[in-house]
Amino acid sequence: MEVFVFSLFNGVLYGMLLFLLASGLTLIFSMMGVLNFAHASFFMLGAYFAYQISQPLGFWPALIAAPILVGVLGAAVERYALRPVHRFGHVAELLFTFGLAFVIEEVVQMIWGKVPVPYDVPPSLNVTAFAWQGLDYSVYRLFMLLISVGIFVALFFGLTRTRIGLIIRASLTHPHMVASLGHDVPKVFMWTFGVGCALAGVAGVIGGNVLGTEPGMAIQLGPIVFVVIVVGGLGSLGGALIASLLIGVLNNMAISYDFSLYPIFSLLGVEREAEGILADLVSLTTGAIAPLVPYLLLVLMLILRPRGLFGTRDV
Amino acid sequence: MLEVRDLHAYYGKSHILQGVDLDVGEGEIVSLLGRNGVGRSTTLKAIIGEVPPEGSISFKGEEIAGRKSHVIARKGLGYVPENRDIFPTLTLRQNLILGQKSARAQGRWSIEDAFELFPNLRERADISAGVLSGGEQQMLTICRTMMGDPDLVMIDEPTEGLAPQIVERVGRLIEEIAARGVAILLVEQKLTIALHISARIYVMGHGRITFEGTPEDLRGNEQIRKEWLEV
Ligand SMILES: Nc1ncnc2c1ncn2[C@@H]1O[C@H](COP(=O)(O)OP(=O)(O)OP(=O)(O)O)[C@@H](O)[C@H]1O
Ligand SMILES: [Mg+2]
Repeated sequence: MEVFVFSLFNGVLYGMLLFLLASGLTLIFSMMGVLNFAHASFFMLGAYFAYQISQPLGFWPALIAAPILVGVLGAAVERYALRPVHRFGHVAELLFTFGLAFVIEEVVQMIWGKVPVPYDVPPSLNVTAFAWQGLDYSVYRLFMLLISVGIFVALFFGLTRTRIGLIIRASLTHPHMVASLGHDVPKVFMWTFGVGCALAGVAGVIGGNVLGTEPGMAIQLGPIVFVVIVVGGLGSLGGALIASLLIGVLNNMAISYDFSLYPIFSLLGVEREAEGILADLVSLTTGAIAPLVPYLLLVLMLILRPRGLFGTRDV
Repeated sequence: MLEVRDLHAYYGKSHILQGVDLDVGEGEIVSLLGRNGVGRSTTLKAIIGEVPPEGSISFKGEEIAGRKSHVIARKGLGYVPENRDIFPTLTLRQNLILGQKSARAQGRWSIEDAFELFPNLRERADISAGVLSGGEQQMLTICRTMMGDPDLVMIDEPTEGLAPQIVERVGRLIEEIAARGVAILLVEQKLTIALHISARIYVMGHGRITFEGTPEDLRGNEQIRKEWLEV
């Protein structure tokens, strides 16, 4: 029971972190019509910026300043690089974001090196919040959950209740009409891109010190975020939330429970005493295949429902 | 108020507008008629900046050709496109709110006015606009543009595909707009409303203006009607 509660909690936490990335990515996708391959790189920048800022100033200034820096950088990328590339079509845009991801990774390695940097959880939060059945939970994890849920709520109200949110939503589907009502659509796009990157930056700030801050972190997380928005349905914010939580929880459950996959293979007629490659298969556990869970879900989704859970168009 | 001179526009290589001249005076209702595909919508799109224009477009004495759409709109030029581009996932009220150019501005038109002009909008203010009928969507797009308090509004085929009673209501809405001193450039195919409400009429053919005059002139000129309007 306690294993269940804890892996549920951890799964939700990881899922909310994924959502911080996925929400920005899916908004940017609806806007540009192409996937931003560099999105997870902004997550990585968030973590590195936070490390750099927290060295002299501590965690709290970093929590505010790093996402803002990442957001401004994202807005600048949209304004001065993506917008000019847009004229050459979707393929050019896609290639640009792909290249950008590599450029950011190289730059990060040049500045901070190839090995992980010691970006740590702030000591004030690295204390036990509660212990239950011998497992303890740190204040920092609760704090992460609080921040990500807070941002989700702010994003939801921002998009459904504020004027600028309405302008963004209308611009996603009818940019010309919104412009002829007197709204500056390119500027709205630039700031949407910026805010999307800033959200990834927040995830980097609060997740980098738990998951590890190193040059490979973008490439590790990037594909999972793509899976999230495809499973949730491209362009759907609600879908991104559900898919993030689903993948977060499934992933954690697979690791915590570590079921043997033998029953499945025995159904397929493979015996426990099998030899060779089959021997490896029967000894597999869900923990071992946990990293594959998102991709299995992706494949299933593409076969059963190519538009994703809440999507309106096929991938 | 609006002076268009020698306006050209292209879609790729095809030369759609081949030198359009037209004027709309302050508070005047002017109609632009013509058969399908002669370039009436393109004329409006070139004026609002959705299609790149060549030539001169002056609005309130200021050259606007080539400016961005939102800049032109903010100078007081409203545009209601032919495909009734409502925002289907937003509610009716939210659609109207987006017509306002800023949260503070309060012009000739309030959301209350829109509800008064079109009563069954009120009860349905908070349902999503996508479920409205074609006629209601048309009324909504016109009202939405009016929320921005334009001094001149260009309306593209507002009655296309609507039932006769609805056509009449749209006609009354347009007259109400004119009564508040807003100039109107109306694109139509049917003669009925246009002859009834316009002060002046332009007829377009092959990317040029082929006739200009009052509704009486057009009624009396069977040759123009045969050559450029009737099918
Ligand atoms: N996006 C486009 N790309 C290429 N050609 C276009 C485009 N839009 C319109 N055209 C062509 O330009 C010409 C003028 O179109 P326009 O929409 O201005 O006509 P219209 O007079 O408004 O008629 P209607 O609204 O009845 O089609 C037409 O021949 C049309 O086929
Ligand atoms: Mg047309």
